[in-house]
Amino acid sequence: MKRTIFLWAFLALFGSGMMTACTPVKEYQKNRLNDSEMNLSARKVEKNESNFQSYREGASGANGGKTGGGCGCN
Amino acid sequence: MKKICLTVVGLYFILLHAFSQVIKDSAEFKPRKLKLDEVNLVSSYYTQSGDHSAIRGGVGSEKVTDLANGIELKWVGWDGHQRKNTLTAGLGIDHHTAASQAWISKTGASKRTDGLRLYPSLDWTRENERKGSSFSLGGYYSNEFNYQSIGLSAGVTQKTKHNGEFGLKLSGYFDQVKLIFPSEFEPASTFIGTGGKDHPNYGSSPRQTYTASFSFTQIVDTRLQAAFLLDLVEQHGYLGLPFHRVYFTDGTDSVEKLPSNRFKLPIGFRLNYFLGDRVILRGYYRYYLDNWGLRAHTASLEIPVKITPFFSITPFYRYYTQTGANYFAPYGQHVKSDAYYSSNYALSSFSSHFFGSGFRVAPPKGVFGTHLSALEMRYGHYTQTTDLVSDVISLNLMFR
Repeated sequence: MKRTIFLWAFLALFGSGMMTACTPVKEYQKNRLNDSEMNLSARKVEKNESNFQSYREGASGANGGKTGGGCGCN
Repeated sequence: MKKICLTVVGLYFILLHAFSQVIKDSAEFKPRKLKLDEVNLVSSYYTQSGDHSAIRGGVGSEKVTDLANGIELKWVGWDGHQRKNTLTAGLGIDHHTAASQAWISKTGASKRTDGLRLYPSLDWTRENERKGSSFSLGGYYSNEFNYQSIGLSAGVTQKTKHNGEFGLKLSGYFDQVKLIFPSEFEPASTFIGTGGKDHPNYGSSPRQTYTASFSFTQIVDTRLQAAFLLDLVEQHGYLGLPFHRVYFTDGTDSVEKLPSNRFKLPIGFRLNYFLGDRVILRGYYRYYLDNWGLRAHTASLEIPVKITPFFSITPFYRYYTQTGANYFAPYGQHVKSDAYYSSNYALSSFSSHFFGSGFRVAPPKGVFGTHLSALEMRYGHYTQTTDLVSDVISLNLMFR
């Protein structure tokens, strides 16, 4: 229970901290952010690695990939 | 007087021309039909070894090889309301061999030691760039000898005024687990009737998975952006695999038995930072918990280094650790009176390391001036404290 409360408090702090600490960024200033390596998602080449990990490990999800179902994985 | 008249007339014509220009610009947008925009090919070769096969109750070879191939086609178009439509069709074909499959037979004589999985998918997204919102629908199917699945999803995203974006995706998988039991537990009725032992009549049991995925991304400054990801996952039905054995303390064995309900809560964070002019730091952390007692931490770091603007090398490292599920015990350590029992080492306590490197080539005019827009290759070595070891090499070709 304590761990869950701590987790939610951390999430709330992280979320509010992220939003308030941001500096305005214009479109013409996004050249680095728009680089393909800066994409906030897993690479396509990692897709099968995530699949293998979902069979060999108990945890899954929160990475844009499998959360369970669709295969005989965990 | 003449000069004033000429000036006024001149100004009038200038104004008339300016309004004409405005009318001409707004009439120029034309809808565009869906056109093939991108093709991605992803192939991986995976090989694994270990000594804790779940089919033999937590002992025996876990040798596996897997060749996974996938193709994804993306069409893009614009409708009459200036909304961007994206249609993505994918097809995956995986072929695997598994030494432990032979031991579905008590004597290790099962003929089938390989398998083929086919999984097509279709996704459609409509994006309104003026409103900063999008809506998506998806359909998925998967078929392999012992498992069939149908999946559906729907999602929405909305950009904020301050370079952020919220996302919500709901998905459901409606699966059928074919009840292939170890030979000593297979009902005789499976082999009676048309086909006999060559074409057994296996039963099946359903499994459903419902997921609500939340995401929030935020640009922090010109070099830093972050993402928060959270999934709520509820599973019902046959959640184990029918050919997994469990051996009890008295030496007898049975089929793995797991609860018919599982709730999962993974929470993930991504942080990407552009350091200097050539180095990018891609960090990821995930905390996972479920109602089977499993707790896990995942942390990874990738460091793409741009050797040139179009060629980068990416070393990476991933650390994973989990405390086992309540229902796991090694070979011969389960008690018959336990309500649930499994010796599948994916549910045990262990840590793992995954490290390797990759490279990416993406010249602006294509690789060797062809339609091959980007080529990426990646190798990784994986070890678990359960002595499972694997290697995977993957290739992605992107054509435009």
